Amino acid sequence: MLFPSRLFPSPLAVGAHVVDLALNGKLLPDLGKTLSRAAVAFVVAMALGTAAGIALGRSRVADRLFSAWVVVGLNIPAIVIAIVLYIWLGLTEFALILAVVLNKLPLVIATIREGVRSFDPAYDDLGRAFRMPFARRLRLIFLPQLMPFALAAARTGLSLIWKIVLVFEVLGSDGGVGFRISVFFQFFDIKGIVAYTTAFILVVFAFEYLVLRPLERHILKWRQVRT
Amino acid sequence: MSSGPRLEIDVEGKKFDFLPTPLLDGFRLEIEPSSVVALVGPSGVGKSTLLRMIGGVDTLFSGRVLVDGVVAAEAPPAGFVFQDPRLLPWLTALDNIRAVRPETTESEAEAMLMRVGLKGFERYYPHELSGGMQRRVALARAFSVNPRLLLLDEPFVSLDRTLVVEMEQVLLTLIETNRPTVLLVTHLPEDAATVADRAVVLSGRPAKIVADYRFASAAGQRPRAEREHIANQIAGAAAERLP
Repeated sequence: MLFPSRLFPSPLAVGAHVVDLALNGKLLPDLGKTLSRAAVAFVVAMALGTAAGIALGRSRVADRLFSAWVVVGLNIPAIVIAIVLYIWLGLTEFALILAVVLNKLPLVIATIREGVRSFDPAYDDLGRAFRMPFARRLRLIFLPQLMPFALAAARTGLSLIWKIVLVFEVLGSDGGVGFRISVFFQFFDIKGIVAYTTAFILVVFAFEYLVLRPLERHILKWRQVRT
Repeated sequence: MSSGPRLEIDVEGKKFDFLPTPLLDGFRLEIEPSSVVALVGPSGVGKSTLLRMIGGVDTLFSGRVLVDGVVAAEAPPAGFVFQDPRLLPWLTALDNIRAVRPETTESEAEAMLMRVGLKGFERYYPHELSGGMQRRVALARAFSVNPRLLLLDEPFVSLDRTLVVEMEQVLLTLIETNRPTVLLVTHLPEDAATVADRAVVLSGRPAKIVADYRFASAAGQRPRAEREHIANQIAGAAAERLP
């Protein structure tokens, strides 16, 4: 046989294995663990990155002081951060999530900083001319201008997080999709690896089409071109 | 019927770092309540800067600008119309009006849009409106913020003549109904001749008043020949440069 089924399992076999792993294996707890790690890291990185990005975008001094560190953060290999943190903090949940946050943070900062720099000063004049209070300016002028960049940061950041969470789970964790795939790897269990990957991709698709895209459509509906 | 405020402009000095001489130096101008004054002059003479000072947007100058005796920056916001419509693209026409003055109710904003001929377009986003319609929303927004004081910075610039006539009619109707104080910045004498009852011509740097015309006839009822005569008069004064 040209493609032995042990190395190249058929889609049907993989589908059946996904169901089996979900019902009788640890697929669901593993997915839950990975997703919760990704979610915590995502929220923390977005919050810190947005605040830092706004600060660097608005303040030249802050940008001069920290922009080199953003470049370092953008280019330092993810695995280095994970290994160093595992050595310093041990193979803990905290170390794993912190490693993911530190990897994603520079990307969010850079994107948000560019967003803040692209703010139209004409709208500042508008706010001043009509004496709009700060909170109102923030809600009606600043945030809508920032939103396309925040969404871009969320999407690119999320794709990065999915990948690095799995890598860090392989490197050192007690469960999760990455951990389980590393176990399958030790037994050359391709069917298990593909089944876990398929389930993971289904979750990513669900998030993209059920959460991100509707949210983007809602927030950026004003950008829709007249047909 | 409400009446517009009196404006007292006394600018001792206004400088910009990138200009070798002050833009304004010892500039004085008084504007009577409910008058419609056109500030005419070439680009860069300081017309828009004056408007920003009166609007309380630019406070970096020496001297004082008073709106009904109150320092401009502390006076109620003026109805400001910028050179571009400057609508917030993520808000509908209705919400653009309410954004700058939250006290404006939805029905008040709808009524304001109706007055500028935009009934039925309340829920349209700016990109769904034509350039002329966007200008009318900007005018409605300015009027809803302060129907007593309108500051118009080249509101007809880059519009074709048909749209200019349309906008002027809308403006004249609003002026006739509410009698606000209006300051119209323009470099086109024709706009001044159509809308204003006083034209102040600026020239030079620092800017000086080279002519100050007051017209007896009501702006909205001026025949074409009179408008052309006024426009020529203003253009003639504007052409005379200061030594």
